[in-house]
Order: sequence, then structure tokens, then C-alpha cells
Amino acid sequence: MNRSRRHRQKLPWQIVLIAAVAAAFFLAPFVGLIWRTPWSKFTDIVTRREIRDALWLSIETSLITSVICCIFGVPLAWLLARVEFPGRRFIRALTTLSMVLPPVVGGIALLFTFGRRGLIGQYLDRWFGIRLPFTMTAVVMAQCFVAMPFLVLTVEAALRQFDSRYEGVARTLGGSRWYVFRRITLPSIRPSLFAGFVLAWARALGEFGATITFAGNLPGTTQTMPLATYVALDSNPESALILSLVMIAIAFTILIVLRDRWLGRTDQGVPL
Amino acid sequence: MFARHVLVSALVPIMLFSACASSPESQEQTTLEVYAASSLAMPFAEAGVAFEKEHPGVKVQFNLGASSDLARFVQEGAPADVFASADIANMDKVETQDLLDSQSVIFATNYLEIIVEKGNPLNILSLEDLTDPDLIFVTTSPDVPIGKYTAEVLKKAGVSVTPDSFESNVKGIMLKVASGEADAGIVYHSEVVASDGQVKGVQIPTEFNIVAKYPIGIIKNSTNKKQAQGFVDFLLSPEGQALFTQYGFGVP
Repeated sequence: MNRSRRHRQKLPWQIVLIAAVAAAFFLAPFVGLIWRTPWSKFTDIVTRREIRDALWLSIETSLITSVICCIFGVPLAWLLARVEFPGRRFIRALTTLSMVLPPVVGGIALLFTFGRRGLIGQYLDRWFGIRLPFTMTAVVMAQCFVAMPFLVLTVEAALRQFDSRYEGVARTLGGSRWYVFRRITLPSIRPSLFAGFVLAWARALGEFGATITFAGNLPGTTQTMPLATYVALDSNPESALILSLVMIAIAFTILIVLRDRWLGRTDQGVPL
Repeated sequence: MFARHVLVSALVPIMLFSACASSPESQEQTTLEVYAASSLAMPFAEAGVAFEKEHPGVKVQFNLGASSDLARFVQEGAPADVFASADIANMDKVETQDLLDSQSVIFATNYLEIIVEKGNPLNILSLEDLTDPDLIFVTTSPDVPIGKYTAEVLKKAGVSVTPDSFESNVKGIMLKVASGEADAGIVYHSEVVASDGQVKGVQIPTEFNIVAKYPIGIIKNSTNKKQAQGFVDFLLSPEGQALFTQYGFGVP
């Protein structure tokens, strides 16, 4: 669509009004938060050791999660988009289930599967001495469980839209399957892949319920920013406000910057 | 037929009552909003049913959660009529801001117990046994009453235990121990009673134990103070107190 023409388009005022209400609904809570923030204590709180630990842990785990989501999510999306197999609808529903589930339920499910007495976890413990709960690995697993659907759905949609004849042509020109996937398919879905990566990352960064249920809450090991914020709400509500603002600032900045840099000129129905 | 019968039998007492009632508010159904610490869930649910039976036209609605969360809701002006906290500190937050109608009263007590997995596989028998560094011990942050009490008990006994996780509330500790993910935790005796054998309780000697006091108060801005007082009186009556004993609480 032509950008200048889109700007000149006049919408009915009723729609503009309703849209404005929706936008205000998203804006108001942030204004409310900023209104109550004790700015004089800002630097004092954000430089505290446990806050720095939580911030660093959040950034580290959410990035690891996004990378893992790509490694496993892209092949899964490709399978769902391109291959007809019995039970495909079931697998797709299963993949997206954790988007609808309350994260706490996901956390309990992970606990009963990968925990020390869990379905798989008991063998991990018995045979390899691996115990997942209360570790950073568990934080990443909890985040992957809730974040991967965002990547899978985004990439799958892009793969469906992408004209597979390009791939066919490349194959007839002698490209191997792997070469075509790497040089034709992947580049053409790059904006969506990137959008999926960012969505998964954002979801992982904000993950709370599954993390506290499966990974626990220990400063420096499993206490991510959302957990630290929740804990601070009890001990020191002022620092909880400041932590919330820090999280909002990080997420908002990255969403805006990334959108403009990599997704600004695309028109592929990217959900960002 | 049946519906009309119900309607008539419901309307007649209301009409009779309103004819002789002096205050206009008692004509309609009132809902009593009771904010209570989540450890009180079982006895409060039963108390609510019994109270509703004795007071037709009053519905008791519970908002259960961590006392610290509830105290914050009340501070932020939530429409609570009654607030029951699991500790005095969280009641104080509300009381010092002059949000209570009158001074809070203690209506129940509790003491602590070590909990371990069913069958006690690690043979944990004392607070001393919790110091094993390989043992997975979970508690809550010291801002949640149970976390504060746990720290007090450990300090009294002179043992130092490194927690592996700070759960968000007492239910989190119960889940982690009952599922075998954690080896031990410390919770209220009433939780062990309520768990119905999901975890095993190990006694803490009285000299190290604490008495958790549950205060209750009526909120100043309540529009149902009369019913709220009625509910508090019911909890303090022999009938109400018997409920707490039944669920493993002590009575003041």
C-alpha cells in the first residue's frame, strides 16, 4: 500500500473515537504508574545488587529462550505449514495451547513432568543426577513453554503466504533441499522470523506464573525481573513501581527500535 | 409452580420484615466482602455458610489471598467490609492508616510445623536436620507472614538454613514439598491438617515455636458495618471458634 495515500484516508469519526478509547485504555495504566513513581529513589533502587542480578538474569534467560525458540520453533512451523500428516491439527492446537493456558498451569505441568518426581524428571534425577527445578535451566524451560507458540504461529503464517513455487524453481535449478531452505525460504520469511523472535522474547521477558511455579524464586538464580517486582510489592512497593517502569522502558524501547529498523518497510502482515 | 412457590416464600418474609424494619437498608440483600488470609479458607468457608443461614438476606463473599496483598488492596480503597490477616504486621499496615472502624481483635492462633515428603524419606526429625546443605528447603520472602515466622523459629533454635526458593505464599511451599520437588519447608499446623496426608508434619519443640495470631477488623468505609460486626461476633462465638479448632487452629 502506498504510504502517502494511507495517510490521507479519512475514517468515520465513530471508528476513530472507539480506537482512541482503546489506545487510552493501554496508555492510562502507564500514566498511573508514572504518576505514583517516587523518582527521587530511582537510582538508589535500580543500582541495588538484587535488582541488577534480576535484570541481568531476565535479559540472559529471555535471549537464550528466544534463540531456543527459533532453533526448535522454525522447523516445527515449517512442518505445520508445509507437510500434510495425520494429527497435524492436533499438533498445532497443542503448540498453541500454552498461549491460552494460565501460565501457572503450565508451571505445574512442567513440575509434574520435569520435576524430581515427575514423569521424565525422575529418570533425569536417577540416571544422570539432573534436577531441574530451582535452576536457571528451569527458568528457560518455563519461558520456552509459554513463548515458543508466538514464534511458531508467526513463522507458520509467513510460510503459508510464501509462494512455494520459488522453492520449486530453485530445486529444478539444482539446489539441494537444505540449500533452498537456507537461501530461499529463510530469507523470504526473515521479517516474520524476526517478528516471531521479538514476540517470543517479549513474552519470555514478562513470564511470571510458570517460572515461579516450576523454577521457584531465588535471587541470583531464578529470580527474574517479574518475580523481583512481585516480591518487592510486599517489601517495598516503591521499588516495585520503579522495577515495573524499568521493565516497561526496556520492552518499549526495543519494540519501537526493532520495528523501525527491521520491519518498517515490510508489508507482509507482520503482527508487530 | 415450583418457581412461584419459591418466589412467594421468599417475598413474604421480606415484605413482613420491611413492614416493621426501621432502617431502610435491611430491606435488600447485602453482600459482605470478607478479605481473608488464604490459610483461613476452610474454616471461613464453613463459617460463611453458617452465618448466611442465620442471617437471611446476607451473602458472605470471600477474597482470599496473601495477607500482604489484601492489606495493600484495603489501603488502595478496595470495597472490603472485613479484613482478617494471618499476622499482626499486615493488620498494623491498615490500622496505622486509620482504615479500621475499631481496634482489631485476635480470633484464632496457629503454630508452625516442619513439613516433609510423605513417608519422610530423608528422616528429618528436627530443625537441626534442616541445615544439611544438600537438602532443598523452601520458604517465602520475609514479607509474607509464614516467611517471617520461619525465620523467627530458625533464629530461636540457632540454626542457619539456606532456602532454595522463596515461594509467593504458603500454598507454594505446600505444593513444592507435596510434589517432592523440595525436601522440607515450614508451614502452619493448620496447613498440615488441611493437606489430608499429602505431606508429613514434623513437630517443632514449643521452646522454638511461635504463636501466630490472626487479627480481624471491620473496615471504616464499610457500608455494612452491622452485618460485618455480626460476622466477627459469629467467629468469636463458641460455634465459630469450634470451626477453627476443627481445622487445626488454636483459639485465643
